[in-house]
Parts: sequence; C-alpha cells; structure tokens
Amino acid sequence: MSIDTVSVTGWGRTAPTAARLVRPRSYEEAVTAVRECGARGGIARGLGRAYGDAAQNAGGSVFDMTGLDRIHAIDADGGTVLCGAGVSLHRLMEVLLPLGWFVPVTPGTRYVTVGGAIGADIHGKNHHVSGSFARHVLSFELLTADGGIRTVAHGTPLFDATAGGMGLTGVILTATVRLQPVETSLMSVDTERATDLDDLLARLTATDHRYRYSVAWVDLLARGAALGRSVLTRGDHAPLEALAEAGRARRAPLEFRPGRLPAAPSFVPEGLLGPTTVGLFNELWYRKAPRARTGELQRIPAFFHPLDGVPHWNRVYGRGGFVQYQFVVGHGHEEALHRIVQRLSQRRCPSFLAVLKRFGEGDPGWLSFPMPGWTLALDIPADLPGLGGFLDELDGEVAAAGGRVYLAKDSRLRPELLAAMYPRLDEFRALRGELDPRSVFTSDLSRRLGL
Amino acid sequence: MKDAFGIPQSLLVLGGTSGIGLATARRLITRRTRTVWLAGRPSPGLESAAAELRGLGAEVRTVGFDALDPDAHEAVLGKVFAEGDIDMVLLAFGVLGDQSRDENEPGAAVRVAQTNYTGAVSSGLVCARALQTQGHGSLVVLSSVAGERARRANFIYGSSKAGLDAFTQGLGDALYGTGVHVMVVRPGFVRSRMTEGLEEAPLATTPEAVATAIETGLRRRSEVVWVPGALRVVMSALRHVPRGVFRRLPL
Repeated sequence: MSIDTVSVTGWGRTAPTAARLVRPRSYEEAVTAVRECGARGGIARGLGRAYGDAAQNAGGSVFDMTGLDRIHAIDADGGTVLCGAGVSLHRLMEVLLPLGWFVPVTPGTRYVTVGGAIGADIHGKNHHVSGSFARHVLSFELLTADGGIRTVAHGTPLFDATAGGMGLTGVILTATVRLQPVETSLMSVDTERATDLDDLLARLTATDHRYRYSVAWVDLLARGAALGRSVLTRGDHAPLEALAEAGRARRAPLEFRPGRLPAAPSFVPEGLLGPTTVGLFNELWYRKAPRARTGELQRIPAFFHPLDGVPHWNRVYGRGGFVQYQFVVGHGHEEALHRIVQRLSQRRCPSFLAVLKRFGEGDPGWLSFPMPGWTLALDIPADLPGLGGFLDELDGEVAAAGGRVYLAKDSRLRPELLAAMYPRLDEFRALRGELDPRSVFTSDLSRRLGL
Repeated sequence: MKDAFGIPQSLLVLGGTSGIGLATARRLITRRTRTVWLAGRPSPGLESAAAELRGLGAEVRTVGFDALDPDAHEAVLGKVFAEGDIDMVLLAFGVLGDQSRDENEPGAAVRVAQTNYTGAVSSGLVCARALQTQGHGSLVVLSSVAGERARRANFIYGSSKAGLDAFTQGLGDALYGTGVHVMVVRPGFVRSRMTEGLEEAPLATTPEAVATAIETGLRRRSEVVWVPGALRVVMSALRHVPRGVFRRLPL
C-alpha cells in the first residue's frame, strides 16, 4: 500500500486540494486505509473522470481504488461478471467482448471504474432503453465506516443510497454486473442532421425507441433560425449478418483493439478555445455530417468514446481548466430547455462538446441523476469571465423546471438548490448519519454542498 | 470549499474594518460566501461592519484580534479554524502611519512596522499552518506598490510592506503543492479611509476595484495581483530607475 501527499483535482482541473493518496491492493489494506484515514476522513477515487471535486478530500485521505483491479469470475453463459471496484470499463471490454458480452452501460469514456460507475450511477447513450448503471448491478460489497464489509443486494435501501451516492456511504470493493450480449464489436449507426432545436426534439421523441443507443451533438454557437442545430447519431450493436461475408471484420467479429493518438501537450496556451475557433469547429462538424445516412459500421471507440483516443484531452482547456455543466429537465419543460439553449447561444459560450439526450425512466438511487426528460451536457473553459454567475442563473432555470444538475460533473453548484434538485436528500443524509456518524467518508463535494 | 472559480464559502478577514477587506467580503457574499469572520480590535466600527454584511445574507461573526499582540494570535485564530474550514483568509490590516511624525518618533515608526510586518508574519504563519492542515484554501495578503521600491515620502510604511511582500512570496513557495494558494495583492493608491485627506497619486483606485481584482485572481489562482493592472508595467520600469534619478522624481 503506497501513501503519498499529492495535489488532487477532478477531470476539469479546477480547485486543486491536497490529500494523502492511499492505494490499497487488497481487502485488508482497504480496511486499514479506512480505519486509519484520520480526522478529515477519506473518499474512494477511481480513474479521476468526475469533472469536479467528487473524488477529492482536502487534508484527508483519498483511496485510489485502481489497485483492486481483478476480474474474479465471469459467467459466460448467464452473462454476469464479478470484479474488483477498480476494474475499468475499458478492461471489461477487452476481456468480455471476445466472449460475446458488452458492458450494460458505458458513458463517453471507457476509463471509469466499476466502483465509480456505481457511485455516480452513470448513464450512457442507451439510458432511454437500459437506464443507468446500477440497474444492471446485482450486488456489491461495501466497506463501511465501522471497518466492516457488507454484501449489498439490489433493491435494498443501502444499495439505493450508494447508487449515485458519490462514495459517501462507503468504499465499494467488488460488484456483480449483468452484461449485454453482442454478436459483433461493431456498431451499426444511423446519422442525421436536425436543423434546429425543435426539429431535434421532435426527431428524438418520434423515433428514439427504435434505437438502443442515441445521442445528439448540439451546436450551441448557432444563432437565429439555426439555434440548436444538431447531428444525431443513433444505433445498435451490429448483428453478425451485417458484416460483409468475406471481410476481415467477419473473420474476427468480436475484435476490440482501440487505437490511441499522442497525448495532448501538457502546456496549452490560454484562450485557444474561444468563440471563434469553436464556432469554426462547430460549423465544420455540422457540415461534414451527412444529412442522413443509415447502417454505417463504426467501431466501439469511435461511436462511444471518441475522446478516449486522445489521452489527457482535458489539457486542451489550458491551465485554468474547464467546467462541465450537465442538467436534466423533465418532459413538459421543453420551454426551459429552449431558454437555456438560447442563453448559451447568446452568451457565445465556446462549447464544442455539447450533447443532448432524451432520458428514459429514472432509477431508484436516492441521489441518482437521470430522470425522464432532456439532458444537456457541455464543457466551458473555467476562466471565462462571469461564468460563475451565468451558470447560477441557469441553475435557477433548471431548478424552477423541477430539474437537476449532475453531481459527478459538478464543481460549482449553490448548496441551497440541492434539496430542491434531489428530493430524497434528507433520507440520504439520515442514512449517512446512522451508518457513518463521524463522517469518515467525506469529499470536497460533500463539504461544499453539505451532502 | 472553494468552487471551480476559486470563490470561497467561508472567509476570514484579518483587519475586519479595512475598506478593502469589507469591499472584498461584500463582493464574495454576492457569489458563494456564506460564513464570514471579521477579526479586529473590538469596536463599534467592527460590529457595524458585521451588521452590514449580515444584511447581505451572510452569517457573520466577529473575533477580537490585535496585530500588535502576536502572542495571542495562535489562540484567537485557532478558535476560528476549530469552528470549521476557512476557505479564504484575507490579511487586510495595516496602518499608514504619518511619515514626518514617525521619523521623529521612532516608537511610532516601530508600531507601523509591528502592525504591518511582524503582526502579519505571526498571524500569517498561524493561518498558513491551519490552511495546510485542512489541505485547501487561499491566503490573500494585501501588500502595496509602496513596498516595491521605497520612496522618500513614505519609506517607513513602504519598508514594512516590502517585508510583508517578501514574506508572503516566500510563504507561497513554501506552501506550493500543499493545496494552499497564497496571493500577494499590490494595490496602488486606494481611495479609502486610510488615505483620507492625502493627495491622490496617479492610477488611483478604489476598494471595489481591488475586490474585483481579488476575485479574478482567485479564479486564476494568481500569485501576484496588481491593482490596477497597469501598475505592474509602471513599477517594473520604476524599479530600474537609477537611485540618483529616482530620488529626484516627484513621487
């Protein structure tokens, strides 16, 4: 077990704080780490893809769980896997795809751990069909504040508090996850353009149910009649017969070999991503997309994780880092979504990674983010003047529409709005108070928001 | 905790009646700051400052603090930090003194030095240790352009700020990598209670402008902030003016 004092940030590289980084490699070491985490407590951390301060703990301990990286058992007939919490979805894909199985839910990056996926109750492009990650978790082992290890089954209160609970109920050690069967490692993708926001919402409402995976990239810098113009990509796992009879893909239909480009440089000049450069990028991105194309075969990384191809892509925002803003508003609140998109466009927020998705039914996690409706996620450079106040105003719109922002991405929410956004917050606090009266599990996020 | 833009939720102002300190507190309260400690010598002024900030919606408490009593700093400030994390300490106390009187009254001159320099060294070190323990926070220290190069007209004050400035820079280096951010703020002539009745210097500024510059500095995690920004260029030129010429400049 290695211990270092290091400066820690989230993926957005804002608000660094110092913590003791402890890397347990076994159950025993994990128990020791929790028992000896000190007065300022500890929090589990995976691959650090939460954008804000969820996996930071100033002055305390941060448990780097990537040491618990073993895949313990695979049921290749029934389609389940039992693995350590530190196993990444990337690793699971490497191991499971050749066996004809895929992870049930993947976010925009493969570099998240199973523990983190449960802690943030992550969602992916298939949310409208498959729900969030915890829906597919049969059980997990949880190391709690008393140093004990509990097996937590799906459907119990502790399960629902932990799914989306941002690591504040304990440290997940292993999990059993139900998998998705696939015939090939390729995706069959339909692409189409939507000319404005109304067109986009109409298309998603009318035909989303035909696809397992669906997401839209939105040009937030487009104005006027083009406001909210988008490129929709929707698809499903390609069946074996979709592959050409004699092609290479047919000979190795389950091959998974993601390529990687060189990493982003560690120094990037400030202000590289302004409204002009991003506007140009968006224009090209929109123009290069086909008006309509069906049945294109894409590899998994290209369809799900394009940014994973560039290691450390978060550096492109420069030293000041960036803020990721993701919110959801329910069906019937399309007006609020319109107003927010309008304001983002008016303010010329240089965001080239804005995505919109239609969520399906939510899951029972008490602090789980998804709810039926519309979610929009965007990146903004943190050093944009006045951004803090602007996002506060958007929060107001979101809260007034009964929506919420995503804690795994948050680094700046006003604590006062939390209870309105997460109505089961009191239950969460009560369970935490009972299970962990001394607040052994504490993070910068929990301090900032009073979770 | 500070948010992604470096805005603190809790603020401790050392020198709780300082014009710049209060302007900064007012500005930060409009953003995220909810808990404010005003540390200063007990006075009606301190209480009315607290009442004003309460009116803006913050929870404000005052604490008796005297820069000239370094022996008490540990206990007084320790109590503040024991109540909960402090995301930002603003070291805002300081006295201008009266140069012509102080030159003839060494005792009075020493009081300027003790307030501005040794008082800040003591309280700065106490706060730095507490911030280091909590693993996060900003220590923002109000220096002055007067400390950049001592002038005939106010070298007693200037030398105390020069010491404070050097101390703060060194402290910032010592705390690098500990999660604690140290920022030196060098305002020029600030129109405030401290400078009332004095002749205004060029590039004069206001407490509100200093507060804005502090907010920007927090967002950028700057180590040195000049207010107004043009002073950085002006002072780097003045620093290299030969002594014989500098002495004759009407500064």
